[in-house]
Amino acid sequence: MFNTSLKKLSGLLAGKEISSVELTQIFLKRIGELNPSLNAFITVDEGKSLAQAKAADAVIAAGKAGPVTGVPIAQKDIFCAKGWRTTCGSKMLHNFIAPYDAHVIEQFNRGGAVNLGKTNMDEFAMGSSNETSYYGKVKNPWDLNAVPGGSSGGSAAAVAARLCPAATGTDTGGSIRQPAACTGITGIKPTYGVVSRYGMIAFASSLDQGGPMARSAEDCALLLNTMAGFDLRDSTSLEREKEDYTRDLNLPLAGLKIGLPREFFAEGLSADVAKAIEEALAEYRKLGAQTVEVSLPNSKLAVPVYYVLAPAEASSNLARFDGVRYGYRAPEYGDLVDMYQKTRAQGFGAEVKRRIMIGSYVLSAGYYDAYYLKAQKLRRLIAQDFTDAFKQCDVIMGPTAPTTAFNLGEKSDDPVSMYLSDIYTIAVNLAGLPGMSVPAGFGANGRPVGLQIIGNYFSEAKMLNVAHQYQQATDWHTRMPQGI
Amino acid sequence: MQWEIVIGLETHAQLSTQSKIFSGAATAYGAAPNSQACAVDIALPGVLPVFNRVAAEKAVKFGLAVGARINRRSVFERKNYFYPDLPKGYQITQLELPIVAEGGKLRIQVGDHEKDIRITRAHMEEDAGKSLHEDFHGMTGIDLNRAGTPLVEIVTEPDLRSSAEAVAYAKALHSLVRWIGICDGNMQEGSFRCDANVSVRPKGTETLGTRCEIKNLNSFKFMEKAIDYEVRRQIEILEDGGRIVQETRLYDPDRDETRSMRSKEEANDYRYFPDPDLLPLVIDEAFLDRARASLPELPQAMRERFVSEHGLPVYDAGVLTVARELAAYFEEAVRALGGEAKLVANWLMGDLSAQLNKDGLEIGASPISAVRLAGLLKRIVDGTISGKIAKEVFAAMWAGEGEADAIIEAKGLKQVSDSGAIEKLVDEIIAANSAQVEEYRGGKEKMFGFFVGLAMKASKGKANPAQLNDILKKKLAS
Amino acid sequence: MSLNLADVKRIAYLARIAVEEDEMPGYLQQLSNILDLAEQMQAVDTTGIEPMAHAQDVVLRLRDDVATEPDRHAAFQAVAPQVEADLYLVPKVIE
Repeated sequence: MFNTSLKKLSGLLAGKEISSVELTQIFLKRIGELNPSLNAFITVDEGKSLAQAKAADAVIAAGKAGPVTGVPIAQKDIFCAKGWRTTCGSKMLHNFIAPYDAHVIEQFNRGGAVNLGKTNMDEFAMGSSNETSYYGKVKNPWDLNAVPGGSSGGSAAAVAARLCPAATGTDTGGSIRQPAACTGITGIKPTYGVVSRYGMIAFASSLDQGGPMARSAEDCALLLNTMAGFDLRDSTSLEREKEDYTRDLNLPLAGLKIGLPREFFAEGLSADVAKAIEEALAEYRKLGAQTVEVSLPNSKLAVPVYYVLAPAEASSNLARFDGVRYGYRAPEYGDLVDMYQKTRAQGFGAEVKRRIMIGSYVLSAGYYDAYYLKAQKLRRLIAQDFTDAFKQCDVIMGPTAPTTAFNLGEKSDDPVSMYLSDIYTIAVNLAGLPGMSVPAGFGANGRPVGLQIIGNYFSEAKMLNVAHQYQQATDWHTRMPQGI
Repeated sequence: MQWEIVIGLETHAQLSTQSKIFSGAATAYGAAPNSQACAVDIALPGVLPVFNRVAAEKAVKFGLAVGARINRRSVFERKNYFYPDLPKGYQITQLELPIVAEGGKLRIQVGDHEKDIRITRAHMEEDAGKSLHEDFHGMTGIDLNRAGTPLVEIVTEPDLRSSAEAVAYAKALHSLVRWIGICDGNMQEGSFRCDANVSVRPKGTETLGTRCEIKNLNSFKFMEKAIDYEVRRQIEILEDGGRIVQETRLYDPDRDETRSMRSKEEANDYRYFPDPDLLPLVIDEAFLDRARASLPELPQAMRERFVSEHGLPVYDAGVLTVARELAAYFEEAVRALGGEAKLVANWLMGDLSAQLNKDGLEIGASPISAVRLAGLLKRIVDGTISGKIAKEVFAAMWAGEGEADAIIEAKGLKQVSDSGAIEKLVDEIIAANSAQVEEYRGGKEKMFGFFVGLAMKASKGKANPAQLNDILKKKLAS
Repeated sequence: MSLNLADVKRIAYLARIAVEEDEMPGYLQQLSNILDLAEQMQAVDTTGIEPMAHAQDVVLRLRDDVATEPDRHAAFQAVAPQVEADLYLVPKVIE
């Protein structure tokens, strides 16, 4: 039962072939067995989950079930959920019981989904390996020596190991797509503004976007139907007609134009990943798609631009963690400044502190123009590259990451090399475009490879269609890690 | 050496809204601690700002009222610094593109000269919370009710040349923001507070001297004293060959001196950048039209009209246009009376103001309405009562005894204008005071007042004063 | 090396993060490396390019001026480090 798609589970629940309580118990049991070795969850609360499941069963019994009613969904611990400890992977929030629900959580609650628990993540979503979490590293279910990617590594590992049918993630520079690629699952980061950021603890506000992580494009479409939606409480939430993201899943791909950015297939891409991507593209050609070469000349600067803009926003967003109103406060301190300094030194981990300090520097007097403003200008050029490219194609494809999942500890002492693992995903956030990762085979070390699909603004339904058709023709997304 | 004083003012006026600038918490003053600090105000993780339309409307009204250019696209930025009354660790404000751009002016009157003070800009921002320093085991208590209250910060050019000009500007601004209904102007509650940038320079030079900023001047009296002290302090330092250190200072009214706020001086680097949570604020033509339409006639225009239309002295016109309610009361009374603007002005600035002050009332709460006051003044104009009797009637009206005519009737206060009756009275007085009459006739003309007094007393004040004068003069002369 | 130790101290203070002396060299190295990465940006001429602050070219929505938020200070202060008389307590603030 645990290896069943969300779509199918939804049908079984609606048909009363299984109750939500039973289903929730199956997953809770599996979490109990496997989480100790994977560390994918920070918080599991059987009582709360089962209470929601019971309520969902009542809704189903009343014949009022929707597509996610009674389905257990794991929530990245970046989303505030009322009454749940919400840590964002940080010691800073080790004792923070959220007094309100994020919009995404409300949407799931409204749909009758069951919150299966809060998944592990890089601290404040800063990381690409899930090694910066205060709550310990997450292991990749495909290989316990490998990282699951990050920052949504707990969600990715949980879905890959079938500890949940689906999970939520957030993506600031690749944090849904890169872990999805590392763990052989499907994840989509929607167009900026499609999913409300209300209640999603901010890392870099102009880049952060929530999205679903699941086993297939079809399941992602169902989840996105629940997660997306206009929200007055987020000024950057876009006021648009409600969409059905499943509507185009079954359209044929004949005539589809796939743009292949020259820069994504250049130096730095490992041979095994390149090979898997080539095979995936061959499959698309078989499905009737054409490929055309496009260029994103400024994308090579996406990493440096991102590592100026994201830390700048983060340095300000994380100033609220000061030990005054909630969260951690240093046990011993002298005056006010000492309280701030000790609280923040002890409450934040090394990577978060580095980024806050970089962000403070690039915004400081005398450096703003050379770093922050320069990066904002380049951001426009990077976005413009995509606009130009989409004149020649319907979607853009390439690798999600330059390599398969690296080993635990391999890059943790070298931040810059870690940053480069997001080299293909970051430009998408800078432009505000939707991007997704779908499983496309395995690398030389047997670890999964992700194919990245980048769409034009608001083309999520099209992208999900493109991914779904591929998943109808291949079975990579159905593979499950063995031996865990 | 002759010194020239150079002052620029920054005023924080609280925009009168129901809810905060970026949250739905109430802005009412005096609520229980932290009871009006919602999730956004206390900066819980994950919450986001949502901008209040009325804050923009009021800021735009201000810009239009001072004739400034309105930035059709303005941007909210974050000013980053750590302070316990600043929950997010940054204040949302406007820097590069404020809603009110250059071009604004405010006319002030000091003594008999008028001067236009240029307004550099005005921007919207959120207020901080309050630190309470009563002793909590040596700690400070933080109340965030005020956090997120909408403010407009109004900045002048360094056009002010004395504490008197600074106070005149602050008063004119205070009057204007209340006039156009964007701020309640309550200085005790902190709704209107000023910072003064003060410097001095040798008279005749152009370069600005090093300035000091005096923070949180929350009364006009303190503003004047603080600036005067600061000017003296700076001149003394310079004359002793010293240098002024640019710094923030606080006025201590108990000691009547300013002192350095070193806590604000430590390497401030606010790292401003556009707030990624808030999009550019765009003011379109329709928005501007609505704001324009909602503006009342402005005090300066009204002042000029009171002079040209009603023939009031400039001084009177100035006093009557300090508050919109007072000006409206004046115009209503003049309309009801059908003219006699100067008489109305005298009563408003005299007896009515005095009574209001005495009872601590605003003009809007006056127990005597404009129309009723006109009813009283009408009886002065038509000679029914004298100005002196009118004061008695006014007191009765204030006490709630009814309209002027009813009181005059009931108390028998009608003026005696019957010349026969007055002649009879004068004859009696002349007969009874022959010695004084002799003195008067002998050249002691000052005695005239003595006879008027007796006659008024005999008539219980009701004798028509003009008639009485005429008759007395005639009879004493013969 | 883009930074020196004084820079690191200044930034750490701006960010209100205590950095011990023995951590300084590590921060100096890592922060300098990140800034070296950022230096790559200087290779592209951006004269005349409008800075991009937001992912979407949209304008601010305006909320109606209605007080909607109830008093929830008890719930909010349940997670506060130190509270007395409904106030958040911090070490003495000196003005």
